[in-house]
Amino acid sequence: MVKKLPSVDVVLVGFGWTAAMVAEELTAEGLNVVALERGAWRDTPTDFAVTFAQDELRYMWRRSLFQEPARQTLTFRNSMDQTALPMRHLGSFLPATGVGGAGIHWNGQTWRFLPTDFVARSHNEARYGTLPEHMTIQDWGVTYDELEPFYDKFEYLCGISGRAGNIKGTIQDGGNPFEGARARDYPNPPLRMVYGPTLFAAAARETGHKPFPCPAANMSRTYTNPLGVTLAPCTYCGFCEKFGCGNYSKSSPQTTILPVLMRRDNFELRTQCEVLRVNRDSSGKRATSVTYIDTEGREFEQPAEMIFLCAFAQHNVHLLLLSGIGKPYDPKSGEGVIGRNYAYQVVSSVDVFFDDKIINPFVGAGALGVGIDEYNGDNFDHGGLGFIGGGYLACWNTHGRPIELHPVPKGTPKWGGKWKEAVAKSYLRTATISTHGAVMSYRTNYLDLDPTYRDVHGRPLLRLTFDFGENEHRLSDYLTDRAAEIAKAMKPREIHAKKREGHYSVVPYQTTHNTGGAAMGSDPRTSFVNRYLQSWDVSNLFVMGSTVFPQNAGYNPTGTIGALTYAATDAIKSKYLKNPGPMVQA
Amino acid sequence: MKIAATSISLGFGLACLLGLAAESAAADTSFARIERGRHLVTAGDCIACHTAQGGKPFAGGRPIETPFGTIYSANITPDRKTGIGAWSDDDFYKALHRGIAPSGAHLYPAFPYPYFTRLRRDDVLAMRAYLNTIDPVKSQPRPPDLAWPLGYRFLMSGWNQLYFDEGDFHRAPDKSDEWNRGAYLVQGPAHCGACHTPKNFAGGDKTGHALQGGVIQGWFAPDITNDRRTGIGSWSGDEIVEYLKTGRNDRSGATGMMAEVVADSTSKLPDQDLRAIAAYLKDQKGEEPAQPESPSQVAMKAGAAVYSDSCSACHQMNGKGVPGMFSPLAGSASAQSTDPTTLIRLVLEGGRTVSTDARPTPSSMPAYGWKLTDEEIANVLTFVRNHWGNVAAPVEASKVGAIREKLQETSHASR
Repeated sequence: MVKKLPSVDVVLVGFGWTAAMVAEELTAEGLNVVALERGAWRDTPTDFAVTFAQDELRYMWRRSLFQEPARQTLTFRNSMDQTALPMRHLGSFLPATGVGGAGIHWNGQTWRFLPTDFVARSHNEARYGTLPEHMTIQDWGVTYDELEPFYDKFEYLCGISGRAGNIKGTIQDGGNPFEGARARDYPNPPLRMVYGPTLFAAAARETGHKPFPCPAANMSRTYTNPLGVTLAPCTYCGFCEKFGCGNYSKSSPQTTILPVLMRRDNFELRTQCEVLRVNRDSSGKRATSVTYIDTEGREFEQPAEMIFLCAFAQHNVHLLLLSGIGKPYDPKSGEGVIGRNYAYQVVSSVDVFFDDKIINPFVGAGALGVGIDEYNGDNFDHGGLGFIGGGYLACWNTHGRPIELHPVPKGTPKWGGKWKEAVAKSYLRTATISTHGAVMSYRTNYLDLDPTYRDVHGRPLLRLTFDFGENEHRLSDYLTDRAAEIAKAMKPREIHAKKREGHYSVVPYQTTHNTGGAAMGSDPRTSFVNRYLQSWDVSNLFVMGSTVFPQNAGYNPTGTIGALTYAATDAIKSKYLKNPGPMVQA
Repeated sequence: MKIAATSISLGFGLACLLGLAAESAAADTSFARIERGRHLVTAGDCIACHTAQGGKPFAGGRPIETPFGTIYSANITPDRKTGIGAWSDDDFYKALHRGIAPSGAHLYPAFPYPYFTRLRRDDVLAMRAYLNTIDPVKSQPRPPDLAWPLGYRFLMSGWNQLYFDEGDFHRAPDKSDEWNRGAYLVQGPAHCGACHTPKNFAGGDKTGHALQGGVIQGWFAPDITNDRRTGIGSWSGDEIVEYLKTGRNDRSGATGMMAEVVADSTSKLPDQDLRAIAAYLKDQKGEEPAQPESPSQVAMKAGAAVYSDSCSACHQMNGKGVPGMFSPLAGSASAQSTDPTTLIRLVLEGGRTVSTDARPTPSSMPAYGWKLTDEEIANVLTFVRNHWGNVAAPVEASKVGAIREKLQETSHASR
């Protein structure tokens, strides 16, 4: 028996970053907003207090903040000729459960994509000619310049610490000279730089690069954002990613929006309510409600005028497939949009071992580091290289967590006395340069419903079919080689370059950057949402998050997710609310 | 604005007073009068005690702990049976001015009539006019659970003879209008002393020690006289206004019972009233506390270690905190308060500063009760109270243990 509830203006599925932003924007407009979150309420003093937040075993290894695979997982295979199997342990990416979503356990690396990233197909074709047939990348339908005010708004919401590289077209010393023009500097100065990244910066400069402090959602000072919410200075404790911040120093929905939002009478948050499907009227053109289930197994139908999918990237796709909304993607014909253009991130690293330099890795923050952007996007000539796209190189000092971090030189035994000796020698004396490569989208990388395995509610699991292509391997090897050159210029005893080799493996942690599956664009045949993240088919349905990226760029996605969300709410406020219906004519 | 008119004090003379009374009598239910009543009901924070957790506003039933047992607040909505709807204006005035219910029964002074007696009749009737506009709620609060023989209300007449000083507010002619407005608010509707003035064995105010801090419901309401060490002598008037308005200033944040007072009362008062309160408080001389005994070096050393491990990330090694987020401890009046009850309680169970429109972030202190022993808590508080130039009596582990036990009893009882 499904209980039908009174209708509201807006219902949000999931309650992480994008939902909190949408809720704040639309409650300020006077709309009644209800958010449905499958996990529990979480807040700084009760759930990530400094008295227990820095517990590596509990949070990193026992995965206390993440989705439990026993309740919800997905199946995986590398290619269509394989049989996908369910993941019983999350590795390669770490979706959250609970209020704040993955915005609680992220590192805080908050980048803007390059202007050319938003026109990836047309730009690369214009410069390098026809792209491989199976590469299905596309333009986003929105430009960097159009998103700039919304990047700015998200950065000021979060209080990003950083140094501008390009203010209104004027290149700024010490910033990233390759970034798109920004209207103004970051709201906070860069974090205080530590030794490893400082050595990297010197070597990068020496080898002709322009290093800059990476943009960080870790506070370099006390900051009060435009909503009046205050964050405290980072203590460099080194427990950001996979952990909640106990010091109010990392931007999250809890530290930037919820103190204001939770005070509003026209906002309601229902926790431990998992949305099962989105319902439509008989025309199929209008979403009427969502059906959700609570922890006691009771089902409810929540009607709403507008519905926003704000769950983790893959979960939005899963929900669309289960609801029968949008045409499912068929890799054989190449038709359909739901599940199409799934992409990820290709990363590698170079460990740099010193004898005479004490790096102190434990003095860390999630986005404390120095980067270079010479090899990202189309910042360099790809002529003769055999790939497009790129990525940043960065030397981060994110953490020195003792169970996780024990860099050892190549050839060290995996256990025993020699291993211990190498760990003891290397722990304080090793820096690491990471590469963060783009992943293009391909005809055979996609999401669909698994034919065999089902979840606790009896619904088919989501199936992920994904592998790195030749473009990714060439790109990643190129970045790793560049990183190794700078590593050598740091004058270490030895380096260990760890290239990304072979097939993609879903087992080890890499990044948590899943993208695509309900791409944005300007053509309804190849995109599910328009530039305002509004469904072409169902105009009162909106999809937030990296689900809409048509392919992934060589940066962490959160900054772009924030910009797209604010661009969407801006259009909804200025256009949709006055005249509900499609905001872009197909 | 009408509020400005009411702040004209009695000292302006009979003509003025009569003028006001005549005006209000003529405009019995005028918007301005109801609005003035609402303002005074807000200043009195009536809603806090007269609303149960999760209950309808002003419908009563909230348990008020006293040293003598638990009293449940009255329903002050205009319901005729269970509320005060059937009361006459005289009944209402008698309750506030003399602490006597229409039945003739004595009210318990958990209802702060020893303060409300200072309210002008005209103001009392404005409050009544406002309360008449609230939705009536049918709800009969529980009778009090008091230790024998305190259930006999007539005993309160004896208490009143000893501790109740009935009578109107008297203006100090040598002080400014602002000061007098502050005095009226502090001594009357805002009843600050109900918490901040120490109590004698019978629960009466130690009137010779007004506003020097008192223990109430397991908290120590701090000294709010102008004493520079234990009081708010180092705060500027603007800082007092900021604290009352936003729940926060660079020196402190409102937690515990004061968080409620800020949320429901002071954050909603006009700035001129807050400035008046500040002007009055800044003129309240404290009593130089006796030189406390010096802490043992063993406790200081052990406390410094605990501080470094558990406190310094927020409060900083230099004790200066993060202004506006994490209170400074160096030079802090709360840290040096004569009675460490609140400090112990904050360390044991943590605290959360009030969220207001102006300062929405509820910065918090996590609970350490599960993590630190009585002795470690005593040591770290002794350190905090005697480092960076702070001077205050050492904290004994037995005191921490007693408060820990009391809090555990309360949490079991509430399950």
